[in-house]
Amino acid sequence: MQQLSGVNDMVVRFANVNGTGSASANNLFAKSIVRMGIPVSPKNIFPSNIQGLPTWYEVRVSEKDYLGRRDGVDIMVCVNPQSMMKDVQSVRPGGYFIYDNTKRLHEEFIRDDIHYIGIPMMELSMKNYRDPRQRQLFKNIIYVGALSLLLDIEFNVLEDMIKDQFKKKEKLIPPNIQALELGRTYVRENYEFPLQLRLERRDLVGDRIVIDGNTACGLGAIYGGATVVAWYPITPSTSVAQAFERYANRLRIDPETGQKKFAVIQAEDELAAMGMVIGATWNGSRAFTATSGPGVSLMNEFIGLAYFAEIPVVLINVQRGGPSTGMPTRTQQSDLVSTAYASHGDTKHVLLLPANPKECFEMTAQAFDLADRLQTPIMLMTDLDLGMNDHLSPPLKWDDERKYDRGKVLNAEDLERVKEFGRYLDVDGDGIPYRTLPGTHPSKGAFFTRGTSRDEYARYTEDGAAYVRNVDRLVKKWNTAKTYVPAAELYQDGKESDTGMIFFGTTTYAALEAMDILEADGLVIDSMRLKAFPFGAEVEQFVEEHDQIFIIEQNRDAQMRTLLINELDVNPGKLISVLNYDGMPITADNIKGQIINELMPATVNHK
Amino acid sequence: MTYIRPSFRHPGLPKNDIGFTRADYEGAISTLCAGCGHDSISGAIVQACYEMSLEPHRLAKLSGIGCSSKTPTYFLSHSHGFNSVHGRMPSIATGAYMANRDLVYLGVSGDGDTASIGMGQFVHAIRRNLNMVYIVMNNGCYGLTKGQHSATADAGSKSKDGAINPFQSIDLVGMALELGATFVGRSFSGDKTQLVPLIQAAMSHPGFAFLDVLSPCVTFNNKPESTKSYDYVRAHLEATATIDFVPEKKEITVDYAEGSSKNVKLHDGSRIQLHKLAPNWDPTDRGSAVNRLYEAKSKGEILTGLLYIDQESRDLHELENTVHRPLNSLQETDLNPGAAALENINESFR
Ligand SMILES: Cc1ncc(C[n+]2csc(CCOP(=O)(O)OP(=O)(O)O)c2C)c(N)n1
Ligand code: SF4
Ligand SMILES: [Mg+2]
Repeated sequence: MQQLSGVNDMVVRFANVNGTGSASANNLFAKSIVRMGIPVSPKNIFPSNIQGLPTWYEVRVSEKDYLGRRDGVDIMVCVNPQSMMKDVQSVRPGGYFIYDNTKRLHEEFIRDDIHYIGIPMMELSMKNYRDPRQRQLFKNIIYVGALSLLLDIEFNVLEDMIKDQFKKKEKLIPPNIQALELGRTYVRENYEFPLQLRLERRDLVGDRIVIDGNTACGLGAIYGGATVVAWYPITPSTSVAQAFERYANRLRIDPETGQKKFAVIQAEDELAAMGMVIGATWNGSRAFTATSGPGVSLMNEFIGLAYFAEIPVVLINVQRGGPSTGMPTRTQQSDLVSTAYASHGDTKHVLLLPANPKECFEMTAQAFDLADRLQTPIMLMTDLDLGMNDHLSPPLKWDDERKYDRGKVLNAEDLERVKEFGRYLDVDGDGIPYRTLPGTHPSKGAFFTRGTSRDEYARYTEDGAAYVRNVDRLVKKWNTAKTYVPAAELYQDGKESDTGMIFFGTTTYAALEAMDILEADGLVIDSMRLKAFPFGAEVEQFVEEHDQIFIIEQNRDAQMRTLLINELDVNPGKLISVLNYDGMPITADNIKGQIINELMPATVNHK
Repeated sequence: MTYIRPSFRHPGLPKNDIGFTRADYEGAISTLCAGCGHDSISGAIVQACYEMSLEPHRLAKLSGIGCSSKTPTYFLSHSHGFNSVHGRMPSIATGAYMANRDLVYLGVSGDGDTASIGMGQFVHAIRRNLNMVYIVMNNGCYGLTKGQHSATADAGSKSKDGAINPFQSIDLVGMALELGATFVGRSFSGDKTQLVPLIQAAMSHPGFAFLDVLSPCVTFNNKPESTKSYDYVRAHLEATATIDFVPEKKEITVDYAEGSSKNVKLHDGSRIQLHKLAPNWDPTDRGSAVNRLYEAKSKGEILTGLLYIDQESRDLHELENTVHRPLNSLQETDLNPGAAALENINESFR
């Protein structure tokens, strides 16, 4: 029988039961490979449940540094009888199925084209540990031990990680190491090892770190100077506010008094969360909220207020599968239209589109500068895949010389100098007016903030001409925004092909991999990654220069394509959709298949 | 439209301790209906701030949407104002207060704005003991949308267009007491003698100070049988006490008979002097306030005045243990941990 073979190129999937402590064992596995200098990309595939339902953890190992998901499982580690049938079927022919053989495997799970490796995880755990919770936990460490021999993971790497992890609970180190040994001993005595599919130390990781996007966003908000956070728990965004608070409790405490230089308010709902952000920024703090699609829907009225009254807001939208409650634990890029045009009336908002944790950090910090500069909501669009999964990312960087850009805020001295202050006067011709903060000056600069129409001096008016002057100025500001947001990234010098592809966010990994595969097949496609909305001149140029452009995104309705058509006035026929919206991160094979199908339908039909 | 008052001031006008005239606390000319109770409350706010010698720019005025929520335009034109969205002023006030704990926050709302669409935010502002004055201009109807019943409308009452309200009315004062509000009072737009010192005491209270002010809507809900009409309120007022607000530096001058007066010391050193009219009631005993409220109600009376005050009140910033400096005044050096700290964080992810 064929055996999958190779070095540093595989997908290992773990099938666990939610709430059984498998996460830390699986993490140990993935991180030990990183410490051997080999790039990995782990994905958590979890249910909307706290305990008892199936959950999977998938690790792609790629010497070529492909960090997107790949279809097909090479090694399945199944410790969940509930999902076993599906798990057996998901293994590629020639692949390996590692299972708990404490009980005999039932006939129906036997395929003749894959290899079975039984490890008596439960039995070993029962024999060696007494506490029921420990028995469950160490069962997981036992399979990591077994894998380390089967795949050639260096034992001292694992040992060091365990020692690191339990630095503060040293008592737990020996039983953990013992559990690893139990798995290894069983493999040593019963199987040939390593498998033909295995690992080998490399030096491909460099200074990169393994971090999830939500943590990076939370840190970005710390470094960006946020002092007020208002939020309401919702998967997959919850850990953004939590990460902020965790680090703030370490980094933002007054050493003398022990008091906090920040406030985190868990609001009664997302409406209130957005209201609190608006109140705080109106009053001169940097503030943000993090939420997901349902929360943004609730915030719509307030987002319109912030847009129209020109109040800085930072909103982090960690997108999940919609509509409605949708797929709360699956990923999508499906809030683009609803966030870009959130609220009633003519509204449009700046979107930032990070593609990895480093950008989550940078763009979150930048979002506060942009919000202050442009006096408008700035939406950071991440997703469940980026936010909740660990990613191998360039390290987070901060320049100590960097100063916050607090935008056009007049202080008391400015007000003494200014002849006449008009909150909504376009003094500089860029559409951005000056603002003042409450409490600044005893007799100058006070104004009334409202969501109703007003004139340049913030006085209520129902005069149509004054209204038009105001909303037209907002368009001018929108055009100014194009020069402030991060520019799209091009992956070639100049134009190499008449065909292009456009992608953004977490689609990037798979798109770049697809680009390589297509190029190897002789198909050269120019690529561009969007980093923001509104689109800058470079996006317009790219779209103009190419005859056909694939727009790759993870939603059903081709929402980015809609934004491009809407904002750039392009011929829709030029823009061809490549879509994936089943809730799992898009793969390079999928992209390649859809592109080939479009360009050479005949070839595909042959297959 | 906003009608701006002429800014000319007669040089002989009386001034308060910090040199401001009463006119310095006024706003634009009101566009509400002539006789609307809301305008009298605006007048009481102006009077209260003038008498307290409050620097106008150290106060921020906030509101939701409604006739009542329009009033911040008509007082304190030298204060920043925020006319937000319907029912959501408490969240704006919460954020604003978190950003700068040094200003006085005065929120104005209506019974529709608070008791219906904004009930959730109102409740949670109480729960957090947000340090603000929260005035509901309560007219038992939706004025701005032309007279529909609000949640404080009397059961069985008839709206201008003839609809009968079959539902019982919500008593915001009773609710605020139950929810643990640390300062609860009720008053009447037509009783400035009571309302002005109540507003002053509310502004001196460190925590959520709730004032339910009956404020007749002359256009839609002023029938004599309405419990929010001028006639009814005047006929059925029962005050807990007469009230005097005594700023920190002033002496207490009024003397009441032994046993009936009570002094309540406020956080900022000022005092409230009460001349008690209600029996079995102590303003620092929540239970007695609740009992008095129900007794009055069962007799068809409307209990007004200061009902309850918690002298131990700890406000949101205290509960959150934030620094004394306003958060909006913190600079990069306070906020940014710097590149070296970030390198340590990176290391923890390797
Ligand atoms: C989201 C939303 N829904 C409805 C309205 C319409 N609306 C404006 S004011 C109002 C009721 C105001 O009643 P109240 O708060 O009692 O104020 P009053 O006018 O009686 O002083 C309503 C329903 C609105 N502005 N926003
Ligand atoms: S409609 Fe009623 S509440 Fe509104 S301004 Fe007129 S009297 Fe006042
Ligand atoms: Mg009303």
